Amino acid sequence: MGDPFAMAITHAHASGMGGMRGAGDLVARVQMTRGMRIEQAKAYVAEKLKVAISDLTDPVIMGEVRQDLNLGIMTPLPGCAKGIEAKFNIAQVLDIDINCVKRFAGRTTIS
Amino acid sequence: MGNIVTRYGDGTVLELSEEELMEDLQRGSQDAAERGQIDPLAQSELEHIRDIFKCPFRFLSVEPGNEVILTYDAGTLKIRRVGVNVDRIQALQIYEKIMGADTMELNHVDYSYKPVKPIITMEQPILEQALLVTHIPLFYGAQPNLGLYSQPDGPFPNPGELMPMGKIKEAQQSYEASVAHLVADIVSAGSAMYESGADGINLDTTGAAGDADFLAALLATEKLKAKYPDICIQMGMAGEFVLGMHSELTYKGERLAGMYPHQQVKMAEAAGATMFGPVINTNTNESAPWNLARTVTYTKACGEVAQIPVHANMGMGVGGVTVNDHPPMDIVSRSSKAIVEICRLDGL
Repeated sequence: MGDPFAMAITHAHASGMGGMRGAGDLVARVQMTRGMRIEQAKAYVAEKLKVAISDLTDPVIMGEVRQDLNLGIMTPLPGCAKGIEAKFNIAQVLDIDINCVKRFAGRTTIS
Repeated sequence: MGNIVTRYGDGTVLELSEEELMEDLQRGSQDAAERGQIDPLAQSELEHIRDIFKCPFRFLSVEPGNEVILTYDAGTLKIRRVGVNVDRIQALQIYEKIMGADTMELNHVDYSYKPVKPIITMEQPILEQALLVTHIPLFYGAQPNLGLYSQPDGPFPNPGELMPMGKIKEAQQSYEASVAHLVADIVSAGSAMYESGADGINLDTTGAAGDADFLAALLATEKLKAKYPDICIQMGMAGEFVLGMHSELTYKGERLAGMYPHQQVKMAEAAGATMFGPVINTNTNESAPWNLARTVTYTKACGEVAQIPVHANMGMGVGGVTVNDHPPMDIVSRSSKAIVEICRLDGL
């Protein structure tokens, strides 16, 4: 319960990693697939992206990193990886399995 | 004469002196320590929360570097609930691109596993399409909601009617029969959504109907994990204390009734859950400082013993947040900062 301004937006500003504006979605994926706790998950993602842990919530740095690695960006530029395309790249860069990526590959002729 | 403006647990404004504030923090922490048989907060931790409440700004945040991951329950439902007429895939995109969400959850308006089971083939294509156009991890979530399995909503005799008649054994048998059906429904719906590509399955408000509800969630988690070893399951609780509605149910030899968050998380781990969400309920008659100190005390004990990521529930009416449909951001942001900075948390 609670309206989105009060809950989701307030928590995102107060203590969230910023989602795709930073590396919040990437750290979340490592927590979810490898069961890592937050410090370990941040360190893992930072190492894979070759950035400092403090960079993970910086929208300027992460915007460039995400664009360079084609991991999906907030403002979808022409030709950049979007949606499932970006998730193929995320799985490879982070060396994790992403359920929908595996199933996409299994349902198409790319596997 | 008070000079620190805060609120009661229902959100109404309250003014406290610094001495009154510290007293409320100590009482709140002590209440949790006594009930949960855990350590109260240290003086330095109480003073940190005091300083958070003393700060005059309307909004506070954690220091850079202390940010955590956000997960959501009843995710897409919250957009519909405020009357914004977008479909669920659009709601997921709004959270992802406009609201800074690290993850998101797809769910049905009838937010329980029993009602979603017969329409699951209508839910699967929505998730499958959403996964093509989003980037952040997507959960599919619903509540176990064991209450739906007793009459008049379900097939089994209503324990709430049996117990006042002294039919304790019959009430317990009804709970036990309900557990088997609920486990089957969670496993069925959870399997379908995982096979459609969900990044995780969320069991939200676990234990709402007491120890039998909690047991069903644990058994369903165990079955899903055995079926899909890589599946991510988040188990979020309904309250700080597992109600002993059956009272004699056990899991792995441990009695479930009466468990507090630091004990609940060990059960979730044993079942194979990937992430755990403790819940501390808000007392509307006490102040926000009292509620927050109590929340932090319970949650800190949980985070310290957990082996899996802990995402504390910080929605309306839990986690030190006031009981109001429109929680004020002065309290939400203070609660968010305090719980992340003092407890060993991985997310909210």
